[in-house]
Amino acid sequence: MMLVVALGAIFFYLPVMKDSAGNVLDPSFNIFYFHMPIAIVAYLAFFVVFVSSILYLRENDSKWDMVSLSAAEVGVIFAFLVLATGSIWAKDIWGWYWVWEPRLTTSLVLFLVYVGYLMLRTALDDPLKRARLSAVFGIVAFVSVPLSFLSIRIWRSAHPLMFGGSLYGQDGGGLEGSSLLLVLLLNMLAFVMLFISLTSFKFQNEKLGRELEMAKGR
Amino acid sequence: MLKGLNIAFKDLKIESRAREIFISMVVFSLLVLIIFSIAFSNLLSSASKTATVASGVLWICFIFAGTLGLNRTFATEVQNGCMDALKMCPIPRNSIYLSKVIFVFLLMLLVEIITIPMFSVLFNYQFTAIIWVGIVILLGSFGFVVVGCLISALVIRARAGEMLLPVLLLPLSLPVIIPAVSATSGLLRGEDIFSLMSYIRLLVVYDFVFFAVSMLVFEYVVED
Repeated sequence: MMLVVALGAIFFYLPVMKDSAGNVLDPSFNIFYFHMPIAIVAYLAFFVVFVSSILYLRENDSKWDMVSLSAAEVGVIFAFLVLATGSIWAKDIWGWYWVWEPRLTTSLVLFLVYVGYLMLRTALDDPLKRARLSAVFGIVAFVSVPLSFLSIRIWRSAHPLMFGGSLYGQDGGGLEGSSLLLVLLLNMLAFVMLFISLTSFKFQNEKLGRELEMAKGR
Repeated sequence: MLKGLNIAFKDLKIESRAREIFISMVVFSLLVLIIFSIAFSNLLSSASKTATVASGVLWICFIFAGTLGLNRTFATEVQNGCMDALKMCPIPRNSIYLSKVIFVFLLMLLVEIITIPMFSVLFNYQFTAIIWVGIVILLGSFGFVVVGCLISALVIRARAGEMLLPVLLLPLSLPVIIPAVSATSGLLRGEDIFSLMSYIRLLVVYDFVFFAVSMLVFEYVVED
């Protein structure tokens, strides 16, 4: 079932590249169709970590711990991809791979925070303690997500703002035409599907691993 | 709240006798200052150039010294099972956290009070708007300590916890550090405080948010 979803994602995702080729912007802008859905998925993943961390502390069920771990791992990969795709685009448009400006900085921080989360997990040996302490960290870490999301709206930033107005009256770039919007939504859907399937693969994997540990212990 | 103050008072009493954490924080902070002063020695002739590096240098001193202090706060409690004794006390668990925040915050303030005049001397720099700079530094240090105490309690149970602390703490406390550094450098460059209000607002909001979240989750950190 999960495979079908993942394959569906790939099928969704292939024709998209052809669709979006003929727009008025520089062709490198096409990367936006990956970049933004990936970014949204990274935020989503960290939100899942946040929620399941809270649920773990409330219910003390190791299921939620496994969900947090799976979502965090996938989230870190997506956060890295956001930085990578963004840098590729920036090299083409701005001429540098990296500039220090609020959105980029906060995105990098987001990535580092969750790398820290995974490091914390490897440094704790006792499974119960690991689950509890990393849940605490997962909750506190999520506090940095809104900052990254809002950074282009709070500060003057070189990062393009596609939707909504900023505090400084810089209008959103906006997308012309519904076909582009459709492509974006399609990509969004595909990446969310990809996230769900990757996370549940990881979750199943982790579950099997733990069952194996239990069986070994016996 | 009052019980938290009691524990903080106990920590301060120990510290005032042994002075091991405080001395190393101050010396470390001054060493960092001296290194920067050597590295930037050719900038020192012009006050405007010094103003641009000042906030960065100062905050690096504070944060490094603070991390040093945070490393030791819970380490002293773990020795001889003091933490278990504290947990057995008929007090809410939060007040242990609160006491540590008060303790490290006071230590950091003392370090800052010593570092800032030393900066003035070494960099030949005259501070302007010192009251506002002070308020920004207070807010920034508070936010840093609030996150730091939670992470410090967290990593004390981990392998290689002392190495893990800066790795986890620095990115996590950045929502406090960024506005603090930006506001400080704005003030030192002679900008009006009202033009920097967005940073101050962010700083205050994150102080509150981090403090509230930490108070809520601290119980789970020490439970076992």
